[in-house]
Amino acid sequence: MNDRDGIADLLARRGVSRRALLKYATYLATVMALPPLAARAIAQGLAKARRQSVIWLSFQECTGCTESLTRSFNPTLEDLIFDMISLDYHETLQAVSGAAAEAARLAAMRENRGKYVVVVDGSVATKDGGVYSTNAGKTNLEVLKETAEHALAVISVGTCAAFGGLPHAHPNPTGAVPVSQIITDKPVINISGCPPIAEAMAGTIAYLITFGKLPDLDHLSRPKSIFGDSIHDRCYRRPFYDKGMFAKSFDDEGARKGWCLYEVGCKGPVTYNACATLKWNGGVSFPIQSGHGCLGCSEPDFWDNGGFYRPLSSSTSHPGAVVGGAVVAGIAVGGLGALLARQRRERAVRDLEAKEQERRS
Amino acid sequence: MSLLEFARGPALEIALGAFAFGVAWRLLSLLALPWSRDRSVARPAAPSALAAAAGGFVRRMWPARPFRRSDLWVTLNGHVYHIGLAIVVFGLAQHIQFIKGLFGLQWPNLPTGLVSLVSVITLASLTVALARRVVSPVLRLISTANDYFSWLVTALPVATGLLAQSHLGARYETLLAWHLLSVALLLAWFPYGKLMHAFLVFLTRGETAILYRRRGVQS
Repeated sequence: MNDRDGIADLLARRGVSRRALLKYATYLATVMALPPLAARAIAQGLAKARRQSVIWLSFQECTGCTESLTRSFNPTLEDLIFDMISLDYHETLQAVSGAAAEAARLAAMRENRGKYVVVVDGSVATKDGGVYSTNAGKTNLEVLKETAEHALAVISVGTCAAFGGLPHAHPNPTGAVPVSQIITDKPVINISGCPPIAEAMAGTIAYLITFGKLPDLDHLSRPKSIFGDSIHDRCYRRPFYDKGMFAKSFDDEGARKGWCLYEVGCKGPVTYNACATLKWNGGVSFPIQSGHGCLGCSEPDFWDNGGFYRPLSSSTSHPGAVVGGAVVAGIAVGGLGALLARQRRERAVRDLEAKEQERRS
Repeated sequence: MSLLEFARGPALEIALGAFAFGVAWRLLSLLALPWSRDRSVARPAAPSALAAAAGGFVRRMWPARPFRRSDLWVTLNGHVYHIGLAIVVFGLAQHIQFIKGLFGLQWPNLPTGLVSLVSVITLASLTVALARRVVSPVLRLISTANDYFSWLVTALPVATGLLAQSHLGARYETLLAWHLLSVALLLAWFPYGKLMHAFLVFLTRGETAILYRRRGVQS
């Protein structure tokens, strides 16, 4: 496979027809919430485009994001992802290792200076100079700064790269931070999720290649087309929420009847992602459909937001000690006030009696 | 820390602390005051203090005949928003979950649609009460900032709760945060303003009724 080939040449060589490309472009346009005419533009754009050089950096992560993308249900989709891009560096997927792998990364950076896209999964350790996560003798922090310096754009894949994720959870021993906190002079697109939906990744890359610009992003730098609606807004259990019909536990009658999972901690109302519409495993299911509430994994600090099984309307603190202390303090102040009032009254009575005695004598 | 995290955590914790302190302080400082004994001889037919207090409390929930013409609608409106608030606070599933998180108690919830309808009626009833206070020259004269602020902190949670429930005006997390912050404000203000009547009304009405019945007042 020659990196100089256009995507159309590669697809033709693989036996992918123009009709199949159009169908795929229509699918991507739908995923990215683009108008129908955009499908043709995507197909034309993809056909003309050179394969986009991508350098994939894995930092403090569990490889779940890579698993999600490579093991996507639809192999055609997976094929197309790797036909659209020239994946020049990826520690998990590349055949080479050691010095040869690092040389490939540096070569890709040199040959595609200013044009390559950096994809990052995993958060960046910063404590003690970032020594808690290293590769090839360099800290993640150094590799990210070095690689992103001449990149076209950076895509943070997964909640760890986008918002710090699990490594960032309290007490955050490695000083983990999201990519956007390190790279501030380049456009950074966040595709959050633990893991993110494969189609969100493919759609975003297709958009970048076709239109040569970033898609519309929300306030957390996520593509609006994927992260524009909350899980709750698109959830098929929403009518039960509106009627006030809730499962009280995971094995009660409400749970068996498919009622809303709000009371068992579902974070769907405050989580923005396309799980309820795109779903997983080729549209088979998503967590809520499988009977578990949404964990809110595509939102910042989802691990520390008060517990997965605590309803959103409940307090995240345990105010027993504060309330107990406040009651004791209230009783002490109130009791003292009443005691002083009693003393004042007794003094007044004594004064009156003394005056009365004085008057009589 | 996001606004919702602040509202669900420190804001509610501080508000609950302020509420608990204020209620304990005001109740104890009142109940532990030296009380003068009523040295008058009770009428022969005077009921026990408890029966007199309970009877008097119930009787004063409805205007006496001479005042019925002038006070009937005002009394009815008062009942509407008091009962409405009770239904909203103790009937909505999300509120029951909040209470369960604090005290471990829970009970079956009412349908969300019904609670939303009651919320709208309650808010309308509260608005009528405020309008009457503003329009009536006598009420306006005796009203203080305490009255208006107490009205505001009561109406705000109802309004923000309605918006959060119907997902109107902003993202749900923002609406929920504003609702929880308005509840925190209500709790923090409760014992220090006129909302404390929720506790004190039982003492004042009961005490008045005991005094009246001891002296032979029938109603």
